[in-house]
Amino acid sequence: MRTKIEVRDLKKSFASDKGPLPVVENVSLTVRDGEFVAIVGPSGCGKTTLLNMIAGFIAPDSGSVMIDGAPRARPNSRGILISQQGSVFPWLTVRENLTFGLNGHAPGDSIEIADRYVDIVGLRGFENSYPHELSGGMLKRTELARALAVKPEILYMDEPFSALDALMSLRMRNELLRILVRERHTVMLITHDVEEAIHLADRIVVLSSRPARIQATFEVPFPHPRRLSNSDAQELRVAILEELGIARDELGS
Amino acid sequence: MRRIKEALPSVAVIAALIALWWATVLGTHSVIFPTPWAVVTGAWELLKDGTLARHIGASLMRVGIGFGLAVCVAVPLGLWMGWVSAAYRTLNPLFQMLRPISPIAWIPIAILWFGVGDASPIYLIFISSVFPMVVQTTVGVHTIEKRYLRAAENFGVSRHTLFKRVVIPAVLPQIVVGMRIGLGVAWLVVVAAEMIALRSGLGYMIMDSRNAGNRYDLVVAGMIIIGVIGLSLDGFMRLLEGFKWVRWRYAH
Repeated sequence: MRTKIEVRDLKKSFASDKGPLPVVENVSLTVRDGEFVAIVGPSGCGKTTLLNMIAGFIAPDSGSVMIDGAPRARPNSRGILISQQGSVFPWLTVRENLTFGLNGHAPGDSIEIADRYVDIVGLRGFENSYPHELSGGMLKRTELARALAVKPEILYMDEPFSALDALMSLRMRNELLRILVRERHTVMLITHDVEEAIHLADRIVVLSSRPARIQATFEVPFPHPRRLSNSDAQELRVAILEELGIARDELGS
Repeated sequence: MRRIKEALPSVAVIAALIALWWATVLGTHSVIFPTPWAVVTGAWELLKDGTLARHIGASLMRVGIGFGLAVCVAVPLGLWMGWVSAAYRTLNPLFQMLRPISPIAWIPIAILWFGVGDASPIYLIFISSVFPMVVQTTVGVHTIEKRYLRAAENFGVSRHTLFKRVVIPAVLPQIVVGMRIGLGVAWLVVVAAEMIALRSGLGYMIMDSRNAGNRYDLVVAGMIIIGVIGLSLDGFMRLLEGFKWVRWRYAH
């Protein structure tokens, strides 16, 4: 399959009182078209910075990001970032949030597209609701629908479900998989949840603690729908946790 | 029923104050300071011959024009200063310096520039309410959460859409707060401005009542009316907070 994203030698440091603080160091990574790559790493390791550089929101100190073989331009609707806090506009209704990104279309068309995606994420009947009238899970669905409606080639997801409770997070993962089967996006997911990564990703990249470097890469060869209780999946989980510095005997299993 | 219960203590305090006032005036046999009843009859007298309505109308008109002009200037200016950091750096120090100057201090200059007609108090109202609204609007732009601007950037919307659908709606609640502050200041200032050299308005009415025969019943009536109208103006501004395009800010 052809290469979608090519990250070469990305480096970034932030200024601090004690001089420059390296956050991301020499990360190189290739993502194939339609591939789902999860990036896991200890908290504060620079995962978010890495994703923001790939998505174009932060300029790297050095290194390059190529999308489809061309240097990445400014952020645009070909790659949509979904962040942990969410960015559904609280002053717009669900439908208005969705049509927001569809400004290239005729108004009638964009409403039709918006309503189709509202339907896909299961929010029919809430088109005219304001975000403050929705639950956390419904907000995430709105955000996902808004992102999908512009037909992005890439989804950049930064711990998208970590603010939800465990049950809702699981439900949203399944929802995401169901949608991805239909729309074949390339996805880069940042998460600290190893099970979530195994549940969703084709490949898992483990980052070291700060400054972030790629420490290990795991293929996830299991077909969907995946059962995480499966012994291969459990073995993979233990192997990844070991990379993250949690010894096998600490897992209690 | 619950609202009545909640209002009860404040009503009781006001009633107690009026009773104390009444008792004190009667007890000291004051010839100048009026009893509450004298205030009521005095106000009734003014109401009947139409002078009260004329004075209230004059004050409200001045506030309406001065405050309206201030909104028209402050909102675009505040948005511009909030959005363009060069404009902020250039103008903010000047505004911060002008802002603490009491509107009363502007009175001589207002009279020099605009004479003793309606233009002077309108100018004073403008100058006193424009700064808090500029500041509030600017703060509003500065406190738009980055994630929303980032999302707008991500969807690649035009500058026009960015302003219309993100910046202005995001700042609107702050603008409403600024307007509330601005209108409150405007009402304070109009009364003060009318005490100087004008022949109409509630401020004039108070000064005139004192000068023309120590009518302190009318002075007190004027003060109470000013308080009641100020309260209603604020209540009116608070209604704006209930509109759907700012309600998101207050909903949880």
